[in-house]
Amino acid sequence: MGAPLPVIELLGVEKSFGAVDVLKGVDFAVEPGKVTALVGDNGAGKSTLIKGLAGIQPYDKGIVKFDGKEISIESPRLAASLGIEVVYQDLALCDNLDIVQNMFLGREEVYRGTLNESAMEKKASQTLAGLSVKTVKSVRQKVERLSGGQRQTVAIARAVLRDTKVVILDEPTAALGVAQTEQVLALVKRLADKGVAVIMISHNLVDVFAVADKIYVLYLGKMVAALDAKTTNQNDIVGYITGTKSAQMGNK
Amino acid sequence: MSTTNNTIGTGYEGNIREQISGYFLKVKSGDMGSLPAMIGLIVLAILFSIMSPVFLTSLNFANLFNQAAALIVMAMGLVFVLILAEIDLSAGVTAGVSAAMLVIGLNAELHWTLAIAIAVVSGVVIGYFIGIIVAKVGIPSFVVTLACFLAFQGLQLLIIGSGGLYRIESSEILAIQNSNLSIVQGWIFYLVSMLLLTYSGFAARRRRSRNGQPNRPITFLYVKIAVAGVLGLVLVAALNLERSSNKAFPIHGVPIVVPVVLALWVFCTFILDRTKFGRYVYALGGNPEAARRAGIQVNNVKIAVFTICSTLAAISGIISASRIGSVDASMGRTMVLSGIAAAVVGGVSLFGGKGRLSQAVIGGFVIAIIDNGLGLMGFNAGINLLITGGVLLLAASADAISRKRGNVVVR
Ligand SMILES: Nc1ncnc2c1ncn2[C@@H]1O[C@H](COP(=O)(O)OP(=O)(O)OP(=O)(O)O)[C@@H](O)[C@H]1O
Ligand SMILES: [Mg+2]
Repeated sequence: MGAPLPVIELLGVEKSFGAVDVLKGVDFAVEPGKVTALVGDNGAGKSTLIKGLAGIQPYDKGIVKFDGKEISIESPRLAASLGIEVVYQDLALCDNLDIVQNMFLGREEVYRGTLNESAMEKKASQTLAGLSVKTVKSVRQKVERLSGGQRQTVAIARAVLRDTKVVILDEPTAALGVAQTEQVLALVKRLADKGVAVIMISHNLVDVFAVADKIYVLYLGKMVAALDAKTTNQNDIVGYITGTKSAQMGNK
Repeated sequence: MSTTNNTIGTGYEGNIREQISGYFLKVKSGDMGSLPAMIGLIVLAILFSIMSPVFLTSLNFANLFNQAAALIVMAMGLVFVLILAEIDLSAGVTAGVSAAMLVIGLNAELHWTLAIAIAVVSGVVIGYFIGIIVAKVGIPSFVVTLACFLAFQGLQLLIIGSGGLYRIESSEILAIQNSNLSIVQGWIFYLVSMLLLTYSGFAARRRRSRNGQPNRPITFLYVKIAVAGVLGLVLVAALNLERSSNKAFPIHGVPIVVPVVLALWVFCTFILDRTKFGRYVYALGGNPEAARRAGIQVNNVKIAVFTICSTLAAISGIISASRIGSVDASMGRTMVLSGIAAAVVGGVSLFGGKGRLSQAVIGGFVIAIIDNGLGLMGFNAGINLLITGGVLLLAASADAISRKRGNVVVR
């Protein structure tokens, strides 16, 4: 069809916690240079789907393909080495560390065996400046002293610090005010333009339609729709999210 | 991307006044570090020098270092564990078991270095064991180390024999706490330490400017070097004074244990502040989930931390044995509590994520000075324990309150 090869493809993925089946055979595909939105009601399984891609909670069953090759993402380290970066809903920053330390956590730069603090500090400032962040006073501030919006910014900056192939954003705009939401959405677009595959989870359909190329809808652990953002509308999406529209994998 | 002019600061910019007001802002928001303990230490020192004529003598000054050494080393080990919001109740008996292994080695006519190696390796093995159980089996460290606290007392009893007491004959082991550097060696020790401090200060600045990052006003480095220089000068000069009343047996010089503890402190601080491992220890203490997601091998870090703690406990045991001159079946048992107290009094948080080794050093001196001063004034152990307990409670309250205050976002 001329479409680029998906960087990530999931086929019939399943995940359960004890007796609770959270993902019941989910198909999903993400293309490079596109923003793929993942929507669904609370508890639909969006975060669970993402955690599987990040190697946090590997799936129980199903096929995972990365760059067309079947693999299993068993650890966050493997996900990171593949170039998959996640910004979680609960951010997961270390409050006792400063912004630089958080941005580089797990991938510190080292010079002769010791931490290269000033090099990391410089790159952190540059990355934040590149995202036109102006609300943060100092990159050496402890994260515990930051507001919700600032923390979100740090988390996103952390994800784009290196050249990443896939950036997954779990409700990136939920805690943000108007201006910062604008900035984040602009950033999301910029990422996709650079060729990154962006997955964005959001409850805010206005945000979704502002940036998404493709929209997937999860309903009670099943993927009920995969739609082109240009050929669908908010009413349809709401229908799929609430279950009033019947399950069918849309225009493939 | 703008490479020339970042709109975001680093906290290193600003003149002296701005830097100082920044520091006060930090203290006001509850991030006090070891400041309260430092003030406490100075107040106690002044108080005891007024109340006891013996306190400020060079003999007592040297004695204070000997008294504090084992405690400080144990507290340093506990800082690692406390940063993870874990605990090691068995550190004291680990010191005891290791000291017992030391005398076994010595009694077997092994070279003293080999005996020390055996004692230290005992600590490594014990810590590794605790770490594995905590990390892999997932039992809370409180329970694991409580079990070890009981079991290792038994082990120590089995090694030493009930009521047994082994005298230490090795002059090298005894020297750690009972011999001193010569006056010249003391000054060489001072000069080398100052050179290293100065060099590392300037090297850090050079590294930052090479990466194009701003430095604090150089005055701060000069002040730091000057303060350390004067303190060190006073310390070495005081320890070099003659402190024996018997002219036939002169005693003077820096106790050997001082450079030993200083070296341990510098080395372990380097590990915590300048290596990836150190960064991961703090990260794990701050938010284990974030650490895990960042790809940090959480279990390995935990195991390493417990291993470090027990290893330092073993070294603390060797230092104790050197001071007491013997090892018995109950040695070290109560020391872990003083060690935890020292760390907490110094400002190490019980909630994890925060703590520095310098705080263990300062806290260790606070505990030792209370013990020393009250002893000189003729108070009995009861008063001593009551006051130490009160100080600990005070420090823990300060920790809890500053944590609450810290949770309020200030911008
Ligand atoms: N670790 C877990 N153990 C048990 N149940 C879980 C676990 N994680 C998620 N669940 C359950 O799985 C379901 C899906 O959760 P998930 O967090 O993936 O939903 P979500 O689509 O991200 O919802 P939200 O929009 O509220 O973030 C929920 O019912 C949740 O309670
Ligand atoms: Mg979620």
